[in-house]
Amino acid sequence: MTHGTSATARTERSASASKTYAAFLIIGLVLLIVAPAFFYPIFIMKLLCFALFACAFNLLLGYTGLLSFGHATFFGGAAYFTAHVVKEWGFSPELGILVGVVGAALLGLVMGYVAIRRQGIYFAMITLALSQMFFFFCLQAKFTHGEDGIQSVPRGHLFGFIDLNSSTNMYYFVLAVFLIGMVIIWRFINSPFGMILKSIRENEQRAISLGYSVARYKLGAFVMSAALAGLAGGTKALVFQFATLTDVAWQMSGEVILMTLLGGIGTLIGPIFGAGLVVTLQNYLATSQFPVTIVTGIVFMVCVLVFRRGLIGEFYASRLGRKLGFEHRR
Amino acid sequence: MTMIFGIPLQAFLGQLLIGLINGSFYALLSLGLAVIFGLLRVINFAHGAQYMLGAFAAMLMLDYLGINYWFALILGPIVVGLFGAVIERTMLSRLYKLDPLYGLLFTFGLALTIEGTFRYLYGSSGQPYAVPPQLAGGTNLGFMFLPIYRGWVVVVSLIACIGTWLLIEKTKLGSYLRAATENATLVQVFGVNVPLLLTLTYAIGAGLAAFAGVLAAPVYQVSPLMGSNIIIVVFAVVVVGGMGSIMGAIVTGYMLGIAEGLTKVFYPEASSIVIFVIMAIVLLIRPAGLFGRDA
Repeated sequence: MTHGTSATARTERSASASKTYAAFLIIGLVLLIVAPAFFYPIFIMKLLCFALFACAFNLLLGYTGLLSFGHATFFGGAAYFTAHVVKEWGFSPELGILVGVVGAALLGLVMGYVAIRRQGIYFAMITLALSQMFFFFCLQAKFTHGEDGIQSVPRGHLFGFIDLNSSTNMYYFVLAVFLIGMVIIWRFINSPFGMILKSIRENEQRAISLGYSVARYKLGAFVMSAALAGLAGGTKALVFQFATLTDVAWQMSGEVILMTLLGGIGTLIGPIFGAGLVVTLQNYLATSQFPVTIVTGIVFMVCVLVFRRGLIGEFYASRLGRKLGFEHRR
Repeated sequence: MTMIFGIPLQAFLGQLLIGLINGSFYALLSLGLAVIFGLLRVINFAHGAQYMLGAFAAMLMLDYLGINYWFALILGPIVVGLFGAVIERTMLSRLYKLDPLYGLLFTFGLALTIEGTFRYLYGSSGQPYAVPPQLAGGTNLGFMFLPIYRGWVVVVSLIACIGTWLLIEKTKLGSYLRAATENATLVQVFGVNVPLLLTLTYAIGAGLAAFAGVLAAPVYQVSPLMGSNIIIVVFAVVVVGGMGSIMGAIVTGYMLGIAEGLTKVFYPEASSIVIFVIMAIVLLIRPAGLFGRDA
């Protein structure tokens, strides 16, 4: 993939890339910290939740090469779990989110265990079918309150003393959750485990021949991705103070794919931008008569046809991106 | 009253019939999916949308042009098939060289666009389509009451399934199709126009979906959402049957439709998920699917 570039040139390049990365990181952090002064806090919180969700999804599609069409189960499932334990059992917010994460991870374990038996296209269809099953479960189960959803979920006090009803406090809490999630993802993909996942993505047969138990690694990645999607979903339930069927429906699974595709599959920060675009677009269209579905569908088709690298992928591959020292795959 | 397993026979047979009808649609749709996948290596997510287009075509032709059910049954699939051919030629054909996942994502976007457009134009609620007068009413079979149209659906879809199977297994065109599935490059070397064959295959698949849609119009309500509701179930059917064999797709479709109908009799709460449960069980026991050759 790096034909012709000598080792030293590559180190220099990646050094300059990491410098650029650090610069962008600092700018991004500053922007996120001051953002509530300029934008409606709920909007940015929503954006952060979806960004984390998309990054969690990308862990699977971008770094393991598995297309899950059922990630709404983990996002929406965790939202239900968190909302239920916080509202009905009086759990504190941090404990509620933890319950959401664990619940999503368990759902991921079950779905992953069944789905990794088939590959590629079948994997996508199986995850879609299983998540539809979970949707029907949520439609009928008592604790989800069917079509009504779980409403007026209290935000409560973080660690017992930080009042999350203040939207400033809530915002910085969500930002902290988002950053923790991103650090976990970053550590994960740069760990030996993450490297093995990439090798599975590139050449599954070879990974098997090297003695790796591919199924177990895939399952590990699936559970990890589900848990992080759960982190995003549980947090979202506290932000909006409700959990509904929308979050477990297949459209949600499609949305997160679009965010990742639009931002750049297999790039660490691409899905954040993808999520930002999609959420902004939805907010913008929500006030007009024009249905979001048509726009989403067209963006999907255009992305697949001519824009497969996504925003960040295209940027990395552009002249400016290469000058800044980034490398692009594929 | 005759009872079977503690259930009135009438209710039992009624649900069995509904299961058989649902199964007919599952069979027709999974058959089309299998035909398209066999040659194009694309999972056609827009299959549900094309099914919905068929139903809408029938309804709109009746409302605006006064074309009756019988002509719609022929014209609907042709119109939707042509639409499919255009999509394949202009867009889908660019994706064959890529990972098959892109085909799935593209057709997913296509499905959203079509569905969204129809929701925008006609609203989300369903609209009725009258049963054609020749097939109205019902007949008493002695042990149960059979609405004629429902019997017609079962018979016609069975004929369509067997017809497609014969087309693929017994005709010259079918032999080209099967050969191209095995090795497209070699078939092209022999002078067969493979790109045309691909377009034709996609058009046939889309046409089959539309045919199912026209058949479904008098049974279910004609609604923009009818496609996405059924396509996910059909995916599960396809996973159970494995897409390797055409016959496998047909048999699995009917089997799962009946299983769903029977669940409605004995444990109604589970009827919406029973097909997914069966899929999970099959995957645990036989990962390649019931008729699948490759994992």
